[in-house]
Amino acid sequence: MAEEVKLFRTWSSPFALRIVWALKIKGIEYETIFEDLSDKSPSLLQYNPAHKKIPVLVHSGKPIAESYVILEYIDETWKETPLLPEDPYERAMARFWAKFGDDKVLTSIVWGVFIKEGKEQEEAMVEAMKNLWFLEEELRGKKFFGGERIGFVDLALGWLANLINILEDVAGQKIVDEDKFPLLSAWMKDFANSPIIKDNWPPRVQMIAKFRALRDAKLAAAASSK
Amino acid sequence: MADEIILLDFWPSMFGMRVRLALAEKGLKYEYKEEDLRNKSPLLLEMNPVHKKIPVLIHNGKPICESLIIVQYIDEVWHDKSPLLPSDPYQRAQARFWADYVDKKLYELGRKIWSTKGEEQETAKKEFIECLKLLEGELGDKPYFGGEKIGFVDVALVTFSCWFHAYESFGNFSIEAECPKLIAWTKRCMEKESVSSSLEDPHKVHGFVMGMKKKLGIE
Repeated sequence: MAEEVKLFRTWSSPFALRIVWALKIKGIEYETIFEDLSDKSPSLLQYNPAHKKIPVLVHSGKPIAESYVILEYIDETWKETPLLPEDPYERAMARFWAKFGDDKVLTSIVWGVFIKEGKEQEEAMVEAMKNLWFLEEELRGKKFFGGERIGFVDLALGWLANLINILEDVAGQKIVDEDKFPLLSAWMKDFANSPIIKDNWPPRVQMIAKFRALRDAKLAAAASSK
Repeated sequence: MADEIILLDFWPSMFGMRVRLALAEKGLKYEYKEEDLRNKSPLLLEMNPVHKKIPVLIHNGKPICESLIIVQYIDEVWHDKSPLLPSDPYQRAQARFWADYVDKKLYELGRKIWSTKGEEQETAKKEFIECLKLLEGELGDKPYFGGEKIGFVDVALVTFSCWFHAYESFGNFSIEAECPKLIAWTKRCMEKESVSSSLEDPHKVHGFVMGMKKKLGIE
């Protein structure tokens, strides 16, 4: 019996990419619907009225929104190649680091360091470094955050493995220094080059253009409000 | 050997109350340690070095942080009694979605209601009511978000209800007038011993917020 699985996403969203990875790792067939967020489809608005955001997974007509909620749903519905560990304490730790990744790491790097310059950027960098250091410590003794193989936290933090380099190029600022973060740097390479992961990164040229436009817009806005 | 459970908490925290409620639902004994957030204990700093925040649950010496993560942990470890999450994966996803929605929206909007004035406050009030109305829609005709019994979303949301009086007073509006079904749900929840023993007195919370406003120099 074919179960209809659809994924509403954009070409660049790191949140949607998590779902792409999970579906492919588990060998789940699905249909992709690309959304233009400046012109959201009636389907998206119907499937996620609360937030009107992607990603949204629709399984046999039933929608699920919020990337971590979707990942847990996928893990519970398709049990092969589990993403979360079995032990409740290990599961709690995985959820903790995934949340830390979005709440602190992503925020401090993209909305802190990347869109700022000068002294403001230096201050944002201190916060970002603190957050990255926690990830470095968490990798001690492990190849992936999930242990020997990719797991929930790797998918949650996976955006780092591709986006950091792009942000560094656009902002002209080193963020993950290999000397300061040897384990994290090694993980970024290993994750980025892993099967399935390596075939699904968004096109680099478009990412550079997108993030250059973002940084320019934010710096201009900051300058004009002074 | 009995489980050793310690909860590091701060009495007015609606996040800490979620953990108290989950522990009460499961009938678990634990040691409650009140933290002074202006003078955090070495234990808190050791158990939550990343955020240095409460609540922290320490189970047989191992810490778990972030209230909804703690509640899920409690539900998974003590899964035989009063399950909070449903067993069906789609229902679980819906419960996690709505609990996450409460987390993303209510605290910040509530904070703006008691700490701002004028247009910023009006906008926050309007958005706050919109969120509660959406949640009312999700509740529908069910007695609880969890159906016939309280569940994950009930635990995530009901602890905010003891802050409603403070929001209403400082925001100068009535939540019951806008969301009567939701207020009826809060009263229904409060009839349960686990809820009434876990939530704080709304007047005490009001006093706390008044103190915060003075400290922050907000009229």
